[in-house]
Amino acid sequence: MYSYSDFDEAFVRTRVAQFTNQVERRLDGSLTEDEFRPLRLMNGLYLQLHAYMLRIAIPYGSLNPGQMRQLAHIADTWDKGYGHFTTRQNIQFNWPKLPDVPAILGALADVEMHAIQTSGNCVRNVTADHFAGAAADEIADPRPYAELLRQWSMDHPEFQFLPRKFKIAITGSPNDRAVTRAHDIGLRMVRNAAGEPGFEVIVGGGLGRTPMVGMTVRDFLPEADLLPYVEAVLSVYNTLGRRDNKYKARIKITLHETGKDEITRMVEAEFARLRPLFGGNDQKLLADIREAFAPPAFRDAPIDAYDAFYSADPVFRAWADTNLTRHRNDQYAIVTVSLKAHGKTPGDATSAQMRLLADLAERYGHSDLRISHEQNVILPHVHKSDLPTLHAALVQAGLGTANVGLLSDIIACPGMDYCALATARSIPVAQELASHFEALKLEHEIGPLKIKISGCINACGHHHVGHIGILGLDRAGVENYQITLGGDGTEDAVIGEKTGPGFAYDEIVPAIERILRAYLGLRLEPSETFLQAFKRVGMDPFKAALYETEGAQHAA
Amino acid sequence: MSRRFTPKIVTANRLREGDVVYLTADDRWSAFHNEAELIEDEAHAQLRLLHAAAQKLLVVGPYLADAKPGANGPEPTHFREEFRTRGPSNYNHGKQADLAS
Repeated sequence: MYSYSDFDEAFVRTRVAQFTNQVERRLDGSLTEDEFRPLRLMNGLYLQLHAYMLRIAIPYGSLNPGQMRQLAHIADTWDKGYGHFTTRQNIQFNWPKLPDVPAILGALADVEMHAIQTSGNCVRNVTADHFAGAAADEIADPRPYAELLRQWSMDHPEFQFLPRKFKIAITGSPNDRAVTRAHDIGLRMVRNAAGEPGFEVIVGGGLGRTPMVGMTVRDFLPEADLLPYVEAVLSVYNTLGRRDNKYKARIKITLHETGKDEITRMVEAEFARLRPLFGGNDQKLLADIREAFAPPAFRDAPIDAYDAFYSADPVFRAWADTNLTRHRNDQYAIVTVSLKAHGKTPGDATSAQMRLLADLAERYGHSDLRISHEQNVILPHVHKSDLPTLHAALVQAGLGTANVGLLSDIIACPGMDYCALATARSIPVAQELASHFEALKLEHEIGPLKIKISGCINACGHHHVGHIGILGLDRAGVENYQITLGGDGTEDAVIGEKTGPGFAYDEIVPAIERILRAYLGLRLEPSETFLQAFKRVGMDPFKAALYETEGAQHAA
Repeated sequence: MSRRFTPKIVTANRLREGDVVYLTADDRWSAFHNEAELIEDEAHAQLRLLHAAAQKLLVVGPYLADAKPGANGPEPTHFREEFRTRGPSNYNHGKQADLAS
């Protein structure tokens, strides 16, 4: 894992000192709120519905155990004993008090963390495949590139006041687990005809009020050209992007207003100008960074214990079937620890759970932890012989839920329980959906399904790319939930299609049940997933199930 | 034809803690919605909002929110403001916990 250089350390400490002084000046009245607001946002501090919220960056979702323990310490000392992991691979604390925030930032700096650039119109936390460095299907570990991009974008003087926020995602695998097609820049590792690794560069993806799948502007970018090319894209966007209208300011709009051909031409021209200016220091830096991400010393040991447990213990087997992913080392597995216990808040972990995860990572996971954009925690390298013990420890802490990739593994934004922008609640909808289908014992029969819920049009809950997406709106002073079907966040990204009129808060769970009962009735065989079935039969049968039943009830 | 003015209250968050507060008729900031001053006149509402905005060391982001008279004082009319009187629905945190005792 990457450790801060002296430069990183000095930069973060200086920022903590600056912000400490800014908070003092706000509290003594030397700064007005209008003056202070942009300063606190630059440091990840929002004011939400009931309290302040501090958003802390977890670069490309990677944490070491010491950092996880420090997050637990912060949760206990200055918050309410828990944290919320987000779809941006960040963590949010929902109850900090303004005078305590400098101390929190100091505690973060002690473990090489910060909240810089988690808000504002700048390059945000670079996100990556949460299975990086472990996945069997990986061409190369994307984290060194993500770290290079982090260093380059951190306090970049040209890109601190972009037209709007800017999100970059990167995956090292052809199977896209980082939703790269829904980011301002998506980087997807591919090989060229000569077998060399490089990137497919996707620009202008994004969800929100104008959801769009990104366009590929380069089929193959040699890895040595990564930084100058990304800088060229940012530079063109910084010049062309609209600053007159917040809703038309993202690069996806710039791309559509300017046209892909013209943007590509401008990017390539800027790239040609910038390329020679990168004298090779970026590549030296990348080589150094890469060393920090060297694979762990994998153990070579028998895995009989795993096989025996798998055959003997049905609870363990159920968990292994859903929560494990194939590792590139056959003796190892990638463990996804579900933060989606039925009826609990998606993405929340208590301080005790965080400490346990840190301990388990140290004992069984080569001290590596990841946060996924699907709001779970990953132990990327666990030897299979350790899995039964690990599983037992997780179960005791309420972390053994066997539901990864199933209905109750729901992404939900904080919604109107916390967020000042939200138009409706999302967390309780996720809780009720999970509890309801758990009671029906249907989720294993339904099989792979991604439900994603956003509490407003900004789509932090990625509802557009959910197989079933739910969007909470305010319709004439009442919460109303719109459903989309057929969304897909993978390399075949698709924006889901609206079913029709929305549903009231107490109607949304029954509506989802009607959709899923229709699916169970029409699938060709149990192995045909919801998404496959939707692609085969289209919207009509689901619309019929949703609305005709309802009409019949009303007529009765 | 002028539209009828919907009654309002002035609400904000405390600067230090971030807690939701309401402006009372006697110029206090109360944690309770029902202690807020229910403002029935548009001009008076603007004056009260100005008064609130001037208290930079106490509160952040004051605004006028719709309200209606109730048995124990003003009540929110919109679900967002109703949630702000309580706290989140997933945990017993915020006002529903802090003010329960």
